[in-house]
Amino acid sequence: MRRADVATLLAGTRVCVIGGSGGVGKTTTSAAIAAGMAARGLKVAVVTIDPAQRLATALGLGELGNAPRRIDPERFAAAGLQLGDGELWAMTLDPKRTFDELIARLSPDADTRERILANRVYGELSDAIAGSQEFTAVAKLYDLAQEGDWDLLVLDTPPSRNALDFLDAPDRLAAFFEGRALQALLRGGGAGLRLLGRGAGLALGLLRRVTGAELLSDLSDFFRLLGGLLGGFRERAEQVEALLRAPDTTFLLVTSPEREPIEEAIFFQRRLRAAGMTLGGAIVNRVHAEAMAIGAADEDDASLADLPARLEREAGLSPALAKTVAAAFADEHALARRDAANVARLAQRLGADLALLRVPLLDGDVHDLDGLVRLGAQLFADQA
Amino acid sequence: MPRLADKRLVFVTGKGGVGKSTVAIALGIAAARRGLRTVVAELSGQARAAETFGIASPSGEEVRLDGGGLHAISVDMERAMEEYLHERAGRVGDLLAASRAFHTFAHATPGMRELLTIGKVWELADDPRRVPRARPYDLVIVDAPASGHAVGALSTPATFAEIARVGPIANQGRTIDATLRDPAQTAVVAVALPEELSVTETISLRARLWDALGHEPVAVVVNACLPERLGPRQARTVEEALERARSPLVRAALRAARSEHVRAGAQREQIARLAEGLAGIPRIELPYRFSARLDPAALGALADRLEELL
Repeated sequence: MRRADVATLLAGTRVCVIGGSGGVGKTTTSAAIAAGMAARGLKVAVVTIDPAQRLATALGLGELGNAPRRIDPERFAAAGLQLGDGELWAMTLDPKRTFDELIARLSPDADTRERILANRVYGELSDAIAGSQEFTAVAKLYDLAQEGDWDLLVLDTPPSRNALDFLDAPDRLAAFFEGRALQALLRGGGAGLRLLGRGAGLALGLLRRVTGAELLSDLSDFFRLLGGLLGGFRERAEQVEALLRAPDTTFLLVTSPEREPIEEAIFFQRRLRAAGMTLGGAIVNRVHAEAMAIGAADEDDASLADLPARLEREAGLSPALAKTVAAAFADEHALARRDAANVARLAQRLGADLALLRVPLLDGDVHDLDGLVRLGAQLFADQA
Repeated sequence: MPRLADKRLVFVTGKGGVGKSTVAIALGIAAARRGLRTVVAELSGQARAAETFGIASPSGEEVRLDGGGLHAISVDMERAMEEYLHERAGRVGDLLAASRAFHTFAHATPGMRELLTIGKVWELADDPRRVPRARPYDLVIVDAPASGHAVGALSTPATFAEIARVGPIANQGRTIDATLRDPAQTAVVAVALPEELSVTETISLRARLWDALGHEPVAVVVNACLPERLGPRQARTVEEALERARSPLVRAALRAARSEHVRAGAQREQIARLAEGLAGIPRIELPYRFSARLDPAALGALADRLEELL
């Protein structure tokens, strides 16, 4: 296992995708990485998903709009980070709008576009289509990459329980529109249906019975209209997948040191490897490192038993306070041990070649630019 | 307190990673202790409840977790669909369920997964059950999707009823929706961490849930609350002692106590914000767990804390 900083990991990278399970600090890590790379003179855009309100406000992301906006460098200068020639742009993804834009772009003509956007099934249920956020996130990334105007794009992936959902999104969406059997079925008969084999003719009649005729007709209309976009979607899904596999695209894994996110991270890495995508490294946030830093995690329980007395003697604490402080440390110590064991497991599974960064637990949430700069100091060697 | 024991369906929701599953299982334990035939229903394909109890849980099967009334199911869309078709159309329905074309259709239809899983949850407490020879549960505790998705999923029955207007799906959708809207039968419990993002989302859940179902979360469980070990004067003393102390171990101990104090203070601010945003909604705080394993005994201790919600 190497110890490296993010700037080294991302050298030569044009697209950086930040993956990991929910609640591990992906969004703040993405923003800190983007800011740190901008401070190296790059023009960077970060696509965030659902940032905390105060962080969004701090970045100036309060306003609507589904395109990156430039962050005032003065804001970072005030927090102690000089962007110099670099530029930081940021946006919050609007999944519904991104999907609408995609439909508009892929529609063969204005009439089809209008009819899809006005279709009741689309209107009511487009949020549910193929896991909207997962697909729209990568679709937006692709659009920005096509603009070609960026030195580096950083994508914060959706806070899904399963960190891998978005990896499947292009495939799932293609499969969704590829249902040729479905197309034939809904076109309502003839040769197409007979090709489907036993039970299909029956299926259509029964479908009416279990869904109701009106729903079937709306759905049929919906699928027929989208059928016209099928080729475009297929192509788009392939392009997105190619982008994720490109040699200058790097995935970074973000996790916390708890057991479940670590297990997700290990699984995620296996999937990435199987899919032929490049994992650049892993970042473990919120590591209880206080006790580890001094090697105290290795000390035996005897030295901790002695701790209250030492706190009285060496720090002049009252017996009661010494006991309280020792109890707090004993708990911290247990967490540090747990974290160390989990991180060691991750390191072992990722292999010796992969970079692993540990970020110690910071006091309080990161919700402003000062916090981002503090986090950046842990990620970039020369910002420390 | 919300008297969850009197409901049929309890949805436990919150942002990803806040401990929804843990709270759902602990609530299940507390309900089973009351003598209720209880099932913890997981919707995300996982089987955490069964795993915790060391019980094998094939997808879509109801399994018993202990000697009492506690059960679990990892809801499976395919199984739910087969059951629904069988009930509607008997052997013909079975044929339909076996048709590939029909599966393609069901998977492609947006919202169908949500509709089927919510329908299955509803069915677990329905009397008589759709599943042959199965008994209805007194209480279904749902380990629901993250709150953004949960509100969407809870609205699917109404959405389908609205789009379909007439026919079997419309009727089914309306029946389920009526149960979900009835606060005497359905309750939502929010789980939050004392952190900004989670608190903000939980506060906004109140309005979104009201728009979707016409009722509010009946309680909020704040998970992983750090102990407040130091008073303000003690915190100052620790701060001053740090300037004197020399040995690494003593310094590390003082820093650990100070860091926990600062983080606990930040948590209290967030809890105050949550209390303001969810004024009138009962709140239960669960302590931060310093131990690594979450076994049935640890869950039992959490269940003690949640018992008053029943």
